[in-house]
Amino acid sequence: MQQQNNRFFFNVDWITILIYMALCAVGFVNIFSVQYKPDISDTFSFSAEYGKQLIFIITGLVLGLSILLLDAKFFSVFAPIVYGITVILLIAVLVVGRNVGGNQAWIPIGSFRLQPSEFAKFGTALLLARYISSFNIKLNSLKPILICAAIILLPMALIKLQPDDGSMLVFLSFMFPLYREGLPGNLLIIFWGAALLFILNLFVSTSILIISILIIGGIFAYAHRKKVRKMINIGIIVIIAICYLFIGKYLFDNVLKPHQRTRIEVTLGLKTDNRGAGYNVVQSKIAIGAGQLTGRGYLEGTQTKYDYVPAQSTDFIFSTIGEEWGFIGCFVVIGLYCFLLLRIINMAERQRSVFSRVYGYSIACIFFFHVFINIGMTIGIMPVIGIPLPFISYGGSSLWSFTILLFIFLKLDSNRMGFI
Amino acid sequence: MDQLFNRKYIIQGLFVLLALILLGRLFYIQVASDKYFLDANNNALRKKFIYPARGVITDRKGKVLAQNQPTYDLMVTPNEVLPFDTLSLCNVIGITMEDFRKKFHKAVVQSRYQSSIFQKLLSVQTYAMLQERMANYKGFEVQKRTIRYYPDSIGGQLLGYIKEVSQAEIERHHGYYKPGDYIGKSGIERQYETDLRGTKGVRNMLYNVRNVAQGSYADGKFDSLAIAGEQLTTTIDVEIQKLGEQLLNNKVGSIVAIEPATGEVLAFVSSPGYDPNLMVGSESGNNYMKIFSNPYRPFFIRPIKGRYSPGSAFKPLSALIALQEGLVNENTTFNCPGYYQVGKTRFKCEHVDGNIALRRGIARSCNTYFWNLFVKEMTKKGRKNQHKAYDEWQEKVRKFGIGDTLGIDYPGERGYKLFTAEDYTQRYSKYWSYGTILSVGIGQGEITTTPLQMANIMAIIANKGYYIKPHLVKGIGNDKHIDPKYKEKHYVGVDAKHFGPVIDGMQDAVNSPIGTARESMIPNILMCGKTGTVQNTHGKNHSVFIGFAPRDNPKIAIAVIVENGGYGGAYAAPIASFITEKYLTDSLKGRRINGATIEQYKADNLLPVLKDKLPKQKPKVDTSKVDTAKKTVPLKTAVATNQFNKTAVAPKNNAATE
Repeated sequence: MQQQNNRFFFNVDWITILIYMALCAVGFVNIFSVQYKPDISDTFSFSAEYGKQLIFIITGLVLGLSILLLDAKFFSVFAPIVYGITVILLIAVLVVGRNVGGNQAWIPIGSFRLQPSEFAKFGTALLLARYISSFNIKLNSLKPILICAAIILLPMALIKLQPDDGSMLVFLSFMFPLYREGLPGNLLIIFWGAALLFILNLFVSTSILIISILIIGGIFAYAHRKKVRKMINIGIIVIIAICYLFIGKYLFDNVLKPHQRTRIEVTLGLKTDNRGAGYNVVQSKIAIGAGQLTGRGYLEGTQTKYDYVPAQSTDFIFSTIGEEWGFIGCFVVIGLYCFLLLRIINMAERQRSVFSRVYGYSIACIFFFHVFINIGMTIGIMPVIGIPLPFISYGGSSLWSFTILLFIFLKLDSNRMGFI
Repeated sequence: MDQLFNRKYIIQGLFVLLALILLGRLFYIQVASDKYFLDANNNALRKKFIYPARGVITDRKGKVLAQNQPTYDLMVTPNEVLPFDTLSLCNVIGITMEDFRKKFHKAVVQSRYQSSIFQKLLSVQTYAMLQERMANYKGFEVQKRTIRYYPDSIGGQLLGYIKEVSQAEIERHHGYYKPGDYIGKSGIERQYETDLRGTKGVRNMLYNVRNVAQGSYADGKFDSLAIAGEQLTTTIDVEIQKLGEQLLNNKVGSIVAIEPATGEVLAFVSSPGYDPNLMVGSESGNNYMKIFSNPYRPFFIRPIKGRYSPGSAFKPLSALIALQEGLVNENTTFNCPGYYQVGKTRFKCEHVDGNIALRRGIARSCNTYFWNLFVKEMTKKGRKNQHKAYDEWQEKVRKFGIGDTLGIDYPGERGYKLFTAEDYTQRYSKYWSYGTILSVGIGQGEITTTPLQMANIMAIIANKGYYIKPHLVKGIGNDKHIDPKYKEKHYVGVDAKHFGPVIDGMQDAVNSPIGTARESMIPNILMCGKTGTVQNTHGKNHSVFIGFAPRDNPKIAIAVIVENGGYGGAYAAPIASFITEKYLTDSLKGRRINGATIEQYKADNLLPVLKDKLPKQKPKVDTSKVDTAKKTVPLKTAVATNQFNKTAVAPKNNAATE
């Protein structure tokens, strides 16, 4: 043990740390560009967003390195406590939190604002990993699935109360580590099938969908015409699907808030709304499109410089990359993310302990969910739900939270030969 | 590892797949489509145009016909307007609160963020008052611009006018103009638009999301300065143009004067005209409608669109072709018993001259002489080949600029059709002969010309055999360049030696006791010319005179048409005489013609009384009517219209009673 502690830095996956630092640098450089004004930006200012982001990056790095100094067993042992703290924070934010933009998501601490939903992610990831890694858990029976679901749904419900739909939806990404650990694929198919059907229901008239469901059901039933049980199952599924259509329609029209409806409709192209919810997306697409292949050049993006894209340093930071660095820049950034995520998964697979593997999958899927939804919304293929781009978006809570998520895994990975 | 290990690949595959979807969409937005790139420029980049001064138009001696004068537009940018005392602004620019609301609403509809015109064409006084108070009116600004000013108020139709571009013109000019820009709509302003307008300057300005200017794009690399329009030197002589307009005041008609040696148009008068200054300024819209609805149609450019039988102008031409062909010589005589007989029909001449030769035939404008000549022309290949002979003849007529446009540098010139043998065959079937179209021999019937073409025929005779395309602009810009086609000589295929007897005859028409225009003789100047009278079925005959002067080394060829003016000698010839005198001697001696002074000619009102106030009625020539009538009884009507050259016109008060 002593020997390992001495050389734990040699076991740390330096390539991942390099990619992490590269992404942080991309973030800083582009936040600087968003803030840059040719006439007033002569001196570097720590009160500006880029200055603060630099502090966040440095403190984040310190935080990460100190995580590496902790004992690897710590995370497994204290997982329930961390989870408990994040749940308490989530409740606290509902009581003492500050309401910013309609979401009660922030706890003010001094000049900084803490966003508990960011930290709830690794609390949940730790407890989930801890539970699945406990002895004799098989994810193909009902009870463990329900327990896992409970672990995920509790913070989701609390975040929903803020209400911060973006952060809440991030928790859906825990489905994939569960899938890796044996959750039946059918459940995923049913879940995403239902989501797909919900969206289709907005596009296509309900009667056409019912007819197509009946036809598809009929084809399946015909294929299994010798097997009565299967035919009954198919019949039940068809009936459920049709009921679901009506329920979904009802939910969409009566439960979703108008602004959520509009965002979904704008994303699906059912509505054009260039001044309301669609404004951000239209401006973001224009900025990204203006970059063309090679970009306008650093600090040269007119859409960036002249504030055409709202929330550009946080949720829409990718539009700056798109405008000033062009398709090539976007390709590099997405490439970095892909490399990082595929690497984390490969690293997760080389773990001896189930705990580390589940945790690795969890953070890879959380990162991926953020990246895909965030970039997707800046180019108009995903609804605008305010979630940050990992390591790049401006913001202390999100950067620290992503840093902690990643470095815990790096610590676990550096210790992969040991036992937890 | 367990079998679930394979699920790793499913998850990784999903990552890669979704990443590729993102990249695909990015590729579309950034590389494949330039829509977003253009939208970005629309967002942030705005072109601010700097308008150049429009080119000045001068007469042939450099006297200014059209120049520029500053005016001021009040512009508004709605989103920059702060609450202010609207009533005071309304009082300064002289509008009501109701107008203010309407105009402001219009500006908001056009654009909240870009400035648009709020009130056009403010006077200098209003501008001065506004300037003092501008600080109170946030979001308003005054933009300076120039408008046309015409110091002599002449040449309305000649110069044309400028107006805001229409949507169709914006499309036709591929993006040079934008709504609110001005463009030459007619006349020289339109013909030479690209020279006169100059080149707009551009400043590429960047704006932020709050529409505040952020400086110039790329440090002004793509900016350009405005280049002023080129000066146009026209061929017009301002003195005779002005005199011509005065003489045709309250009359319908036109005057075209050409310098024969160069084809330069010295005067281009279309009457009734209008003061070009009416088409400028805040009242221009109303004035335009008034002029447009004037029943005498001031916008009908008579010198190039008016349709008249050339009549007497044609006879010299007919003689020249026959002389060139050797069908006759100057001594060939025809007998004029006072009529010309075809079969059993007699076509009347105005006088009985007995045996007359060319010189007297032209001086007297003897119809019988020219009918004989025409019959000779038609039968020169034998009686069977008349159609062929006609075709050869009409080809020669065409060389004199008849039957097609002359190509003057003025938009909308008309060239009326000259019939070919084929056209006659279509009209009369193949059994037509010289008797059917006899009137053509004296410039009547199917031959119609514009006043410009008549003046050009005179230029040809003055030049003894060639013409240069008439044109209105002598030089563009400082180097005074000009389209080379206005320097080419067009020969008509008649040798110079044949012109002598014809010119003799024309000299006699003005300067001998037997002449039809002897009252209009100019002391010490030999003017050659011919009078004409076009019968008008709607009212009094049209008075026509064509000629050139002086006889040797002619300086001016002229055609004057005064509708409802009676005989050629009554109005047209005196007007031509005054103009020629003014041009050649630069003075008027105050002589009387037909017992009247020039002031009386200017004052006479010959506007026809319009029955049933039909604004669209053509107060014009009737040759078309004659044509249709002729379809049934061609010959009789043809003769009926042939009223040319009733001998000497008595003093004009008599003419009026005839």
